[in-house]
Amino acid sequence: MAESIPVEHADGHADHGGHHEMSFSEKYIFPLDHKMIAMQYMFTGMFMAVIGGFFAYAFRMQLAFPGINVPGWGVVTPADYNALVTSHGSIMIFWVAMPVLIAAFGNYLIPLMIGADDMVFPRVNRLSYQIFLLSAIIILASFFVEGGAFGGAWTAYPPLSTKAEYSLTGIGSTMWILAVALEFVAFLLGGINFITTAMNSRAPGMKMWDIPMVVWMIVIASILFMLSVGPLLAGGIMMMFDQQLGTAFFDPDRGGDPILWQHLFWFFGHPEVYVVLLPAVGIVADVMTVFSRKKLFGYKTVLYTAIGTGVLSFTVWAHHQFVAGIDPRMANVFTVTTLLISVPIAEMMFVYIATLYGGSITFKTPMLWALAFIFEFLIGGITGIFLGASGNDIYMHDTYFVLAHFHYTFYPIAIIGTFAGFTHWFPKMFGKMMNDNLGKLHFWLTIIPFNLIFLPLFVLGAAGQHRRIYDYQNFPELSLPWMQDLRQLATISLCVMLGAQLIFFYNVIKSWMSGPAAGKNPWRASTLEWTAASPPPHGNWPEGLPTCYRGPYEYSHPDHEEDYWPQNEPA
Amino acid sequence: MSARPIATTRSAAGMPTPRLAVWWVIASEIVIFGGLLGSYIMHRIAHGEWAEYAANTNTMIGATNTFVLLTSSLFAVLAHQAAERGDGKTAARFLYMTTGGGLVFLTIKAFEWTSEISHGMTITANTFWSFYYTAAGIHALHVIAGMIIMLFVAQTAKRNEDLHRVEIIGIYWHFVDIVWIFLFPLLYIAK
Repeated sequence: MAESIPVEHADGHADHGGHHEMSFSEKYIFPLDHKMIAMQYMFTGMFMAVIGGFFAYAFRMQLAFPGINVPGWGVVTPADYNALVTSHGSIMIFWVAMPVLIAAFGNYLIPLMIGADDMVFPRVNRLSYQIFLLSAIIILASFFVEGGAFGGAWTAYPPLSTKAEYSLTGIGSTMWILAVALEFVAFLLGGINFITTAMNSRAPGMKMWDIPMVVWMIVIASILFMLSVGPLLAGGIMMMFDQQLGTAFFDPDRGGDPILWQHLFWFFGHPEVYVVLLPAVGIVADVMTVFSRKKLFGYKTVLYTAIGTGVLSFTVWAHHQFVAGIDPRMANVFTVTTLLISVPIAEMMFVYIATLYGGSITFKTPMLWALAFIFEFLIGGITGIFLGASGNDIYMHDTYFVLAHFHYTFYPIAIIGTFAGFTHWFPKMFGKMMNDNLGKLHFWLTIIPFNLIFLPLFVLGAAGQHRRIYDYQNFPELSLPWMQDLRQLATISLCVMLGAQLIFFYNVIKSWMSGPAAGKNPWRASTLEWTAASPPPHGNWPEGLPTCYRGPYEYSHPDHEEDYWPQNEPA
Repeated sequence: MSARPIATTRSAAGMPTPRLAVWWVIASEIVIFGGLLGSYIMHRIAHGEWAEYAANTNTMIGATNTFVLLTSSLFAVLAHQAAERGDGKTAARFLYMTTGGGLVFLTIKAFEWTSEISHGMTITANTFWSFYYTAAGIHALHVIAGMIIMLFVAQTAKRNEDLHRVEIIGIYWHFVDIVWIFLFPLLYIAK
């Protein structure tokens, strides 16, 4: 090294403490501050969630009341229907779960929790958001081009997705691939930032086992993402060439192989589940320890199970392809690995339940969300075991049972986990307390309808209702009166749930404007972010960055008077 | 340069942050090319007739390009050595030579592709040629990206600023080189 990295001086922060005045655009439009970039990701993600929810409303209305003139959308045509389900899935995973759980919480929490003043590459961080925003604009713009948005389902299986006459969409399909590819690039850039920041920029004294769980989880998730997304990026380029240049990578008539896409897609697609799961699990660990005033039971166990899950997640992808004509002997192998992966996840759940055991639990809003995460994810996990068994999957494949199963995993992850984190760190982000009663009302009006949406869909799926069907009236055996009743129950519950989100937005705006001041540490938590001001200024700790002396979850420690022991307090 | 955050100057993992980051960049790139070349190899094994198509690739041109890229990597190493000595001017000169190597590589590639395309071996001719142009094309994009970044690094190195970047871009250039080392036998030698 020609230029050695300068040693950190006690007064080294002086020029980074925000002493110079920043213009509006420097501060809010093109910020370098990790907290502002986190907010950009957070609110873009929430905006996209509203759009994704609206799409769900439009196609659920069509399913419950076929042919109805849906208020706010109009009559849903078959091409509309395809575009809506495709975009709902793509948006909720790539433009809601990823930006909120990984990018927003990662950006906000990693530097604050490890006691650093910013991410290691602030400008790469800003670039990452800008690319992400561009990708979001492209996916939304695809609704307004000739032929409408992509209608080949979020898995984009060829030949459906490569031929306009099948997917009923023209340029929209290419825009979809472009948007997804740009989103991947944004998260590769972001992930490199998260990983190097957490590896290199920890506060003096913060050892491996002193890192809060949510930071660990976001880092592991970023590594998983980085190691799984490459083949799909290559596959995306290949598919784009198939659509636009006329190559035949995935066209069996001309020497290509459509199953290849399924391999490339699911080699990424399955680890992706854990990419979004792990940050949610980390958030729940932090929330749960604070609100049960107990040390996390088995810190290292959670960590090892997360790493084990990550490694195993690369070996399970073909369980999505049991009916795609893969070798039955291979199906056996993938059944075994799929069932194996439930072991570390179950271990993790037990650790969380053990953390609750004997704790002094307070049911504040974040804690309710954290507990709901455990409960609802358990349903998602257990139904996964049904589907992982190849024999059973041949019947269940592509039914609403599958759909209900993965909504019971993704909904707890992307919605419940996010609400747990958002309500928990809201006082830090905005310096104000949220209204707990409104928060609880919102919680119950979200959780109960959620179960009423997807429990009926399990029943319908087990009865043989296939996915991606525009109008069940065309299938007499699938449009029995009781089935239509359950569809309407699910749709009405969805409307109630979407309406309940107004309470959340009202609560956020009201608390932000006129909530009681939160102070530095309203939850009496021991991790480092709670030692900064709320909201933390540029540079996080202008008075000097903290030093770490102990683990993150020292609650109710026998040697300490108070029931929490901040990480930065000298022994 | 604006003031860097303290976070960037820390190295709790024992490796300077920029070098750590470039290794992660390379890790993600390996998976991208891994997926592409893995798909190609699976197809190649399944389709014996691809050997006939591959027979049309020009091994001599491929070998020349391999030699050009390897030579440019040598210049990248020499640039790093100069940077280690604190000699930014020499480092910049070697970086320009590395960039020149990339340029020669791309020029040869352009002539090669022109002749192949004019003989009907286009990207849509069959799946072998689709892979050929896609893989080599993505690699060429990496060469171009590396050259652009290298010119920026050379600009600062010339003023003896941020000399550590010379090593970082060198690591990346070696990676681009190694990708070609995989492409050359897969696309040119295996007939």
